[in-house]
Amino acid sequence: MHDPATPAQPGHRTSAWTLIAAAVAVPAIAFAYVGGWLAPHRLTPAKVIDQFQHNAGTFAGYRRNHAKGVCVTGHFDSNGQAQAYSIAQVFAPGQRTPVVGRFAIPGSNPYAPDSSVPIRSMALRFALANGQQWRTGMNSMPVFPVATPQAFYAQLQAQQPDPATGKPDPAKIAAFFAAHPETAAFRAWAKTARPSASFATESYWSLNAFAFVDAAGRRQPVRWRMVPEANDAGSAANAPGDANYLAADLTERLARGPQRWQLQVTLANPGDPTNDATKTWPDDRRTIDAGTLVLERSESQASGPCRDINYDPLVLPAGIEASDDPLLPARSAAYADSYLRRTSEEAHLPGTAAPMREASR
Amino acid sequence: MNATPDRFTPAARALHWLMAVMIVAMLFIGVGMVATVSARHEWLLAIHKPLGIAILLLAVVRLAVRLRHPPPPLPADLPVLQKLAALASHWLLYFLMLAMPLIGWAMLSAGGYPVMLGESLRLPPIFPTSPVAFAVLRHLHGTFAMLLFLTFLAHMAAALYHGLIRRDGVLASMLPAPPTPADDSDQA
Repeated sequence: MHDPATPAQPGHRTSAWTLIAAAVAVPAIAFAYVGGWLAPHRLTPAKVIDQFQHNAGTFAGYRRNHAKGVCVTGHFDSNGQAQAYSIAQVFAPGQRTPVVGRFAIPGSNPYAPDSSVPIRSMALRFALANGQQWRTGMNSMPVFPVATPQAFYAQLQAQQPDPATGKPDPAKIAAFFAAHPETAAFRAWAKTARPSASFATESYWSLNAFAFVDAAGRRQPVRWRMVPEANDAGSAANAPGDANYLAADLTERLARGPQRWQLQVTLANPGDPTNDATKTWPDDRRTIDAGTLVLERSESQASGPCRDINYDPLVLPAGIEASDDPLLPARSAAYADSYLRRTSEEAHLPGTAAPMREASR
Repeated sequence: MNATPDRFTPAARALHWLMAVMIVAMLFIGVGMVATVSARHEWLLAIHKPLGIAILLLAVVRLAVRLRHPPPPLPADLPVLQKLAALASHWLLYFLMLAMPLIGWAMLSAGGYPVMLGESLRLPPIFPTSPVAFAVLRHLHGTFAMLLFLTFLAHMAAALYHGLIRRDGVLASMLPAPPTPADDSDQA
């Protein structure tokens, strides 16, 4: 049936065992390298999320950034004007697409006062009728401080509180800005920005560039922003001492009626940078109005429908693609790590921190 | 003499080597994509999902081939413990190559993600949306990937042990037939 064994001679045996050992060791070492265990300097998603936790602490059950937020629901009404540039079903004329969104403020602390930062964020998940999804996370500023994940990580490191004072070291932050002149546009914006009294009166920018793809397969680099209909100064009802005035303001406005934004899509000219979120495109670029976002109700993030959504900006439908912006894959990878950590806490998996009572839901 | 084959069927051998390449590539893609924030994360993930479904489909075909055509017997003089190890590791490999894609698919379903295999090709969810299930399945996916990689290493080492040390025809049973069709049993 089979060969009776004709074993190797002793001399050959040694070389055979050596060969077997090498055949196991080489893929094992390659695997460990690719997996990052032998590449300690590689920036991994876990390192980025660890740094958020070093800076602000671990708030189990919460997102590791933009931890404080509120769920919103509504829909997007397309007017069809973006259809010439993108085959995404969400842009078909007259198409209404349900939206689950989330307003938030940046930072890892879910109890931070709303006035602690001038930035507000809007994240949206469009559930297209064909089952595809479009997820986007936008911020209320036109430019991002840095252009690369490495610079972002360096910024987080510079902001880590000094154990002696419990506050970030101003010298380290100054050194970071000095080493990163690309932050100038953001800093100029931040200098004049004031924490707004309402989520509803803010514009929200995609920051990163994307590409719209039309029926002929042509790629048009774009950026988008949500421009609010509301333009008042904000409700006067907010007591200055209230740390949570944004959610209260939103509830109050929505009780009066839906809040609306226009989706403005800016089309890049050839040569406009798509890989640098620190640079705006010139003002004269063509902008199309793609439709109206209508938000109808808000709910607590502890029990609302946005809780279990990871607003990964690379969850895109056919007709919208990522650009070459290096921040996009980094956001996607880091958000996935944050999502795994908070859902693991939610699941009470061994080795995870117990979710805080209000946070756990 | 012809009643028991000394080689796997051509279909089994073709599936073995094709899937060996796919599964090892898949393990490297998977471990690499979660360990970087670079653009590799994005394009490796885009390969990972359709490749996983392709492995799932091939594994089903392969299981059918295996059940229809029993493999050549192991050498009669192989120690019982080694025979047991061979049997157990082969079924572990079958289990993992079927389970891994299903867990990945279920995990994305539980996380509420659309399961996209390409620009517009979407698979239906196979698990209800649940953050708790997502976390459990995601950890299982990673743990089983490590187990699969270790089983692959052991499998490859054992195959080389048979081919280089014992020289008992076990490795040859998965290799292409030699050009001159020699009846091995005559040489015995």
